[in-house]
Amino acid sequence: MMKDECRMTNAMFARLRRVRVILHSAFILLLFSACRQGMYNQAKQKPLSQSDFFSDGASARPLPLHTISRESASTDALIGATNPDGTLVTKPPVPLTKELLYRGKERFEIYCAVCHDRTGSGNGMIVQRGFPHPPAFTETRLRNAPIGHFYDVITNGYGAMYPYAARVEPRDRWAIAAYIRALQLSRSGTINDVPTDQRAELESQVQ
Amino acid sequence: MPQIFSRRANTIARLSIILIVLFFIALGWLGYAGFWSSYTTMVNVPLTQPVPFSHKHHVTDDGIDCRYCHTGVENARFAGVPPTETCMTCHSQIFRDAPMLEPVRASLRENVPIRWNRVNDLPDFVYFDHSIHVQKGIGCSTCHGPVDQMPLTWKGESLYMKWCLDCHRAPQNFVRENSDVFNMRWHAPSDQKVRGAQLLIAHHIETEHLTDCSTCHR
Repeated sequence: MMKDECRMTNAMFARLRRVRVILHSAFILLLFSACRQGMYNQAKQKPLSQSDFFSDGASARPLPLHTISRESASTDALIGATNPDGTLVTKPPVPLTKELLYRGKERFEIYCAVCHDRTGSGNGMIVQRGFPHPPAFTETRLRNAPIGHFYDVITNGYGAMYPYAARVEPRDRWAIAAYIRALQLSRSGTINDVPTDQRAELESQVQ
Repeated sequence: MPQIFSRRANTIARLSIILIVLFFIALGWLGYAGFWSSYTTMVNVPLTQPVPFSHKHHVTDDGIDCRYCHTGVENARFAGVPPTETCMTCHSQIFRDAPMLEPVRASLRENVPIRWNRVNDLPDFVYFDHSIHVQKGIGCSTCHGPVDQMPLTWKGESLYMKWCLDCHRAPQNFVRENSDVFNMRWHAPSDQKVRGAQLLIAHHIETEHLTDCSTCHR
């Protein structure tokens, strides 16, 4: 009788031990369960992420033709370099301020100077690497062109130049066009264009 | 009755206690070193890409501004990876037959975007906005490293939360003049502490909420 009871206890101990092993394993597994990356990589689409759902592999859908964003709708008045009669505008639809010119300078040096050069000579680094030489802004044809021409070229491209409408906002296109005018002026300026009280300062810089 | 343990047993017992402690210290150190190693963070590890695009060539040799391609960086949360048209602005004319650029031409021809391998990938529970950093005087190179020197692009910093907080707790050590944000050769001047404090005021950076949880986790 005693022996039987003892055997029973041993069997119980063995079963207990087995349960303990399973519980411990489960606990350790539980620790590893925290290593899932579900919070890091959530089931949502971020800009430019890929998707197997659409045939082109992209999560973002291409805009339907002629879609206008809310932002550009508010700048509608700035869009378009032509007058209702089809001629190019001669005056930008934004006020010409010093800030606009500086903005134009900054944008010109980001998007245009790579080819047109910072002075507008058309001898930028990409041209030196083999891109077709664009005309210098100082050409008579471009000096006489209405300002709308530059806006139009930025928007739609010209010759080998791609359109920049997706990269440069309408307001910035006018700023660049205005700055191109400033570049044209700067290349034909003489000392007589400088106010008399500032000539000494300018001449001291040219040494 | 003979001794069960020899005289050496004491030494062995002491030694094993020390070794066990050392073992756990080493384990901790290994974990820490592993966590911050480039094996885990991917910092300084160039990624292979469908086209071996070199920022070094385009930025340093050609002098192209960051914003020429990453057009969204000043106005949007996402800096933007350029569409194939941006590549082809130049490469429709130069290196137009280079075999290296075939994936770019194929992308334009077939109207399928190039699948670049992502270099900087924040966890999805972090809200990050490029535009606010750029507008407030945090430069590209502070987070992305010397991209203008990278023949293949690699991650400049770990992007760990501790690293983010290093700046959010003391932005005066990193903030620049607006005109220097896109300057890849910027180094903190010797009087950065003083200048930084002035720039915080000039840029209206209010530091008391920079470490709120909801600033980045929303």
